[in-house]
Amino acid sequence: MSSVVKDAHHDEHPSGIMRWITTTNHKDIGTLYLWFAMIMFFIGGLMALVIRSELFQPGLQFVDPQFFNSMTTMHALVMIFGVVMPAFTGLANWMIPIMIGGPDMALPRMNNWSFWIMPFAFSMLLSTLWMDGGAPAGGWTLYPPLSLQTGDAFPFLIFAIHFMGLSSIMGAINIVATILNMRAPGMTLMKMPLFVWTWLITAFLLIAVMPVLAGGVTMLLTDKFFGTSFFNAAGGGDPVMFQHIFWFFGHPEVYILILPSFGVVSAIIPTFARKPLFGYSSMVYATASIAFLSFIVWAHHMFTVGMPLAGEVFFMFATMLIAVPTGVKVFNWVTTMWKGAMTFETPMLFAIGFIVMFTIGGFSGLMLAITPADFQYHDTYFVVAHFHYVLVPGSIFAIMAACYFWLPKWTGNMYPETLGKIHFWLSTFFVNLTFFPMHFVGLAGMPRRIPDYSLQFADYNMIASIGAFGFGFAQLIFLYIIIKTIKGGSKATDQVWEGAEGLEWTLSSPPPYHSFNTPPVIK
Amino acid sequence: MCGNNIQGASIKMFLIKNLISLITLLFSYNVANAGWLDLNMPEGVTDLSQEVFGLHMLILWICVVIGVIVFGAMFWSILMHRKSKGVKPATFHESTKLEFLWTIVPFVILIGMAVPATKTLIKMYDHSDSEIHIKITGYQWLWEYEYLNTDVSFYSKLSTPYNEIYNKETKNVNYLQEVDKQLVLPINKKIRFLLTSNDVLHAWWVPDLALKKDAIPGFINEMSVVINEPGIYRGRCAELCGRHHGFMPIVIKAVEEKEYEEWLANANKAKTADVAKINK
Repeated sequence: MSSVVKDAHHDEHPSGIMRWITTTNHKDIGTLYLWFAMIMFFIGGLMALVIRSELFQPGLQFVDPQFFNSMTTMHALVMIFGVVMPAFTGLANWMIPIMIGGPDMALPRMNNWSFWIMPFAFSMLLSTLWMDGGAPAGGWTLYPPLSLQTGDAFPFLIFAIHFMGLSSIMGAINIVATILNMRAPGMTLMKMPLFVWTWLITAFLLIAVMPVLAGGVTMLLTDKFFGTSFFNAAGGGDPVMFQHIFWFFGHPEVYILILPSFGVVSAIIPTFARKPLFGYSSMVYATASIAFLSFIVWAHHMFTVGMPLAGEVFFMFATMLIAVPTGVKVFNWVTTMWKGAMTFETPMLFAIGFIVMFTIGGFSGLMLAITPADFQYHDTYFVVAHFHYVLVPGSIFAIMAACYFWLPKWTGNMYPETLGKIHFWLSTFFVNLTFFPMHFVGLAGMPRRIPDYSLQFADYNMIASIGAFGFGFAQLIFLYIIIKTIKGGSKATDQVWEGAEGLEWTLSSPPPYHSFNTPPVIK
Repeated sequence: MCGNNIQGASIKMFLIKNLISLITLLFSYNVANAGWLDLNMPEGVTDLSQEVFGLHMLILWICVVIGVIVFGAMFWSILMHRKSKGVKPATFHESTKLEFLWTIVPFVILIGMAVPATKTLIKMYDHSDSEIHIKITGYQWLWEYEYLNTDVSFYSKLSTPYNEIYNKETKNVNYLQEVDKQLVLPINKKIRFLLTSNDVLHAWWVPDLALKKDAIPGFINEMSVVINEPGIYRGRCAELCGRHHGFMPIVIKAVEEKEYEEWLANANKAKTADVAKINK
């Protein structure tokens, strides 16, 4: 296009919708990712409420079992690929360049592309709800042969997954390139904020495992349409091999969903404790150890497939080992709080809520690692309780903590503090009301992914359903707070929080459209 | 200041709420025995299921103790080390000794858990000296049972009427956990199950026997059990298998050996008669 260089007008960009479509600015793209995640959060939440409505009482009331299965499947896909992953990528886009003192992401045009793939991928995925045979209903794990019974939706599902993978891989490459190349002079690796560290490690996990998922689902596609028999025993294949491939992706994937949370919490706790993070380097090493271990524990998702004894024992031991670095992290956070001078603004509340409830999810995870006991827990509501504890008051709470923490920086306005606290307490109450009873029904024998259940499970399912609706409606407060804060509010200082440390707090609130065009000086 | 006090109160509430949850969980053990509410894993009716239950309670208690210590320290800190109390923040931020300690101690605890778990697992994998062999095949959406080395085989499917499922009739006490033909098994004999599927994945799960394994088309899985007490034991398909996944229960009738032999002889006779009828 034009070769005219307008040095004085760096902030110039198209207005209106074209600003967002053509943007290569890391802050704009971060905002896009975060809004995308927010929209998907409500779509996935509606699906969860369909599930909880049907499970409010025994008997079939509202939906057909097939549609119910579609809801569980789509809820998982939307929440994992459409909410938690994009939200963390959005946070990474906004914060990583600022935190390392770089001017932008290393590959800004690819950044634009990574984001704009997502709306198309999810339009395609959600469009399957109206297709012949219904939306995918074989579980987000896509286990064959059941997933091969999907109707017209099948190729769209696979294509959507390919797109999401493409977007994630490009996003991850961008983050690695940014962190390794764009740091301000003096910002050595071991001086980086932990959020940057956890994202660097997460990005490597993404690059390692998303292609594995792509390979697995492509084999499903060829099994369905091109007569191959990768997973068909009648043709010499093996249905269990898909599970190995899937979980080789899937287990690192669950750490992709949680590691950036560790970074967020490691930024928030020291700020509000007014005390430096305890054991910075051990936090880095613990994150790296968790990432490494994530590659050698995948078959703990499949203890009941009939692996040989040696396999079961290996995966049990390896899985239990993860408790060690995870414990180190929790101990470090608690020690950071110890003898600090704490205040409890909304981000701190969410961070503390994260530590407590993530740890509860960690405990049930440890229980699940014990293979003989897992034979009883596997595929029950105990598992549902476990992974929702690490994902909702885990990842989602960390994302919300991050939003409250950095929203004043992003918008230049303070959010309404009391409303934020109300949001936290309602969310915490209802999230426990929803998911804690699931431990009980799971132990008592209720399998997951069923639209109807026998009578002994009725009471706790009703409680869980009430909790789910409460949690869902509480999130409207979150939406309201964010819109209100963007529109106005009391002006935030540059420092925002009394105990805040790091490069992002040296910029104005809101930061200029292009920040750190000349690298800052790192002490 | 006032705001912080209110907050202190809500944090105490939060602490109390978590404690209540924990206490509920602990009491559930006794409650389940009383048959009042099913809140915990069933102890079951085999030696191994009781071992599994023991492991479950062991690790639960270990988690509770660790939780009490960690959350206790955390809430103590939340209550005592707050700015509103006028404390000055400390500045310490490193201790190799501490890091080493809280790496080693959990590791040792883990070994303490792994040893009994592995012992139980090894026992669960021992299928030798089985006297009765039964082949189980999963279908969308029912089970087939074949008593190997006999002529007895039958399908077993949900017998709950549709009217109950669609809320047109009152649900009976065994709603969704009743079948037309129960799997009859003898007590005090080692029974080996061979498990496979005809279509998609299923999983055969009976909590009272602590048995759960996937039924995989084209593959045969193996598990074994010795039931200690006669009774009716109910289970379910545990692996998503399509539209009626929630509607393929398992019901086992465990009987004295003599009764089992009689049942088997009758079933054999009936089967032979059936076959003769068909061949006629």
